[in-house]
Amino acid sequence: MASVFKDEAFFLPAEHTYSLLPFRFIRLDSDRYVAVNEVGESRVLLRHELELFVKKRLPQTSSLYFALKASHFVEDNDSDIAPDLLTLKVRSKRARIARFTSLHMFVVTLRCNHSCRYCQVSRQSEDRSAYDMTEATADKALDFTFRSPAPAIKIEFQGGEPLLNFDLIKYIVLAAEGRNTVEKRDLVFVIATNLSFLTDEILNFCRDHAILISTSLDGPEDLHNANRPKPGNDSYQVTIDGIRRAREALGVDQVSALMTTTKASLLRVTEIVDEYVKQGFKGIFLRNLSPYGFAIKTRYFNAYDSDNWLNFYRRGLDYILELNQQGCAFTEFYTATILQKMLTPYETGFVNLRSPAGIGIAGIIFNYNGEVYPSDEARMKAEMGDKIFCMGNLTTESYEQMMLSSALLTPLEDSVAESVPMCEECAFLPYCGSDPDYHYATQQDFVGHKALSGFCKKKMGIFRYIIHKLEDNPEARQILESWVNW
Amino acid sequence: MLKLSSSRLVSLGCLGENGVVVRRVSENPAYAQVCRRQEYFLVRDHLSEVPEGFAGYLFFEKPSHSVPAVSYLLEPSLSYLSNGDIVKINASQGSLRTLYRRNSRHNSVLVTERCNNYCLMCSQPPRDINDCHLVDELLQAIPLMSRETVSVVITGGEPTLLGDRLLELLNAFRCYLPDTAVHVLSNGRNFRNFDYAEAIGRVQHPDLMIGIPLYSDISSKHDYVVQADGAFDDTIRGIINLKTAGVKVEIRVVLHNLTYARLSELARFIRRNLTFCDHVALMGLEITGFTRSNLEKLWIDPKDYQPQLRDAVAILDGAKMDVSIYNHQLCVLDHSLHRFSRNSISDWKNEFIGECNGCTRKRECGGFFSSAKVRYSAHITPFHDE
Repeated sequence: MASVFKDEAFFLPAEHTYSLLPFRFIRLDSDRYVAVNEVGESRVLLRHELELFVKKRLPQTSSLYFALKASHFVEDNDSDIAPDLLTLKVRSKRARIARFTSLHMFVVTLRCNHSCRYCQVSRQSEDRSAYDMTEATADKALDFTFRSPAPAIKIEFQGGEPLLNFDLIKYIVLAAEGRNTVEKRDLVFVIATNLSFLTDEILNFCRDHAILISTSLDGPEDLHNANRPKPGNDSYQVTIDGIRRAREALGVDQVSALMTTTKASLLRVTEIVDEYVKQGFKGIFLRNLSPYGFAIKTRYFNAYDSDNWLNFYRRGLDYILELNQQGCAFTEFYTATILQKMLTPYETGFVNLRSPAGIGIAGIIFNYNGEVYPSDEARMKAEMGDKIFCMGNLTTESYEQMMLSSALLTPLEDSVAESVPMCEECAFLPYCGSDPDYHYATQQDFVGHKALSGFCKKKMGIFRYIIHKLEDNPEARQILESWVNW
Repeated sequence: MLKLSSSRLVSLGCLGENGVVVRRVSENPAYAQVCRRQEYFLVRDHLSEVPEGFAGYLFFEKPSHSVPAVSYLLEPSLSYLSNGDIVKINASQGSLRTLYRRNSRHNSVLVTERCNNYCLMCSQPPRDINDCHLVDELLQAIPLMSRETVSVVITGGEPTLLGDRLLELLNAFRCYLPDTAVHVLSNGRNFRNFDYAEAIGRVQHPDLMIGIPLYSDISSKHDYVVQADGAFDDTIRGIINLKTAGVKVEIRVVLHNLTYARLSELARFIRRNLTFCDHVALMGLEITGFTRSNLEKLWIDPKDYQPQLRDAVAILDGAKMDVSIYNHQLCVLDHSLHRFSRNSISDWKNEFIGECNGCTRKRECGGFFSSAKVRYSAHITPFHDE
């Protein structure tokens, strides 16, 4: 008796009937290419595999064909579900745009006790009236903040050294909480501080209002103190003491640190990572120096080029992977952010890893004097005398006027990487983003020529390095996957 | 294995109730008169006289005395019946079926035997018959079920072939048993029609989940397992539509020789495309129904797919998806998977075998389907924990 069941061949698509779905590819190394589809799913292929694939000669029962079909690079006559799932994934990736501005930075004062070489904005001044934000300005900034439709709102206190104007921080926190009894947003506060002025009163207030602390730690003591001069030359010790006190008062997860890379840091990445491990942090963000403000003026930015920074990053990532293999769980946060774009259906909140860029529509900054800028870098540029990004002033312009100002909309439109020359055809586009601030600062153009762009060069270097790790090193892959925030 | 149906019902009284009746059974001889009129009394002991006023009487031993008009003699295998259970009796055919057991955590109700798939490992081979009466009976039974019932599984066949009558059933569960979780086992294909998915959402059942099988990331492979061309696309569209309509969805994967090889790939596909699903169940093979005829095609010793299973669980769990392993014996599961194992086999078909004697971890074990005697892992070894 013939079986009532059909065999597997009955269900296969007809051979050589597949069509290609949208994707881009780029050479990875001498004989390999990486193909990436519109939503960031990728496949590394040998050159001859890529040729077979695009010429539609790949056997439709090969594991490579299955892999390409399951990640929606191809479609055949057995299934037409791919466009539905791709649509869904595009929508997931873009969902953040509609959530709109979440991060609202308040520059409560420009005054600071440090005179960091890379700092673009701080003032050594006792004159409160000249450089502090007023309550009236803060009220208007809060009006603006709650105009955002974002379900989650983060208010970050910036400076200068914001604790020099702690009374205003208190005022803003209480006022925001008051408004939030009606607004019901997921409201979070952060103070970005060098911790010099930490008092028990401040810590108690932070604990009572679940305020997070973010500080600067540039590496080992000598490097940190050289980067961050202050009277007494004890910035490192002050920071370390402050971290301990803040952790004891608020909890370890409530205190984070950021490092800034300088020329002096470039050869010391392992020591910098060690310092973070030693201080009990669970990860580090290997940042590059931004080309703004004082950094450019002091020629610091030109003191090292993209290749030097990439070497710094690669050695840092290798070292961190090594630490993980030795049982020390530690994350490089920038890599983790990119991995989220590569390996998950979600998009990152990272301002310059999005297209359009997150300027103004993911984060926004209120300067002490009421001026509104679409990014921290943009207000630094303004402190240097170029107010091209200034969206207006809280005292004179409305929310609508500022959010629809050409100071925001022009760079924003120019930041849609899908329509930018060289970006639109780049395989890494779904992993990348746009940085109009950077390109304006370096090329006096919001788009910039990508062949001359340090932003492009660094990003490409990072993407290639991460893909190599994922592809060629199973042990590294396992560690990297564990960093992904799902 | 509990016997849920019996065709050897003997009528002892002078009257039988006409047609099919759905009744709750009681063991309380002092039950209030006003309540007992709708119930059948379960006669456990030799009572010289049975309490009057019940709608009928179920005996386990033939009484010596005269009996009320509506009385039946039951097979000893039905002695598990107890207070609050619900039975369906067809006196003219001499049959009884237990529809609901109050003390069970695993009440499942079969609502149709019809199906639009023809899965190679179907445990309940479909029959193309008119079985609308099953819903009618269930609609009678639902109001009789205890409000404390933790969960009920609606199974088939393919429940969505009932169309609007499935909505009627879900609505009855929502109205009469608002605190009971309802789990519908469906192949999801009919939810490719968004209006139908939306109608399920509009029932607004407070604790409803649709469990939908997905066997591969590749359409032709899924279609082969379920023996239906186009099923993969229908099922994926159904899952998307249900989630769009706000209905919870569980993805169910039965592990066997035709599904284990691409299990990691399937897990990656799920986490990339269907991350929004509420639960993923990775399930052992039940060796009954069609599985018996296709056993040589389907069988793989569970021990041999542990690497793939471990990988799939890590992929899904890593993506913060809720993942469970069902129907697996702890001793064949990789140690790292023990925390995902659930003891889920319906109590009426869960058993242990000779090799399990002396095992100290039976209580946590997924156990065996009673049908597993046909074929089971060569690696069953009892635990001897302190």
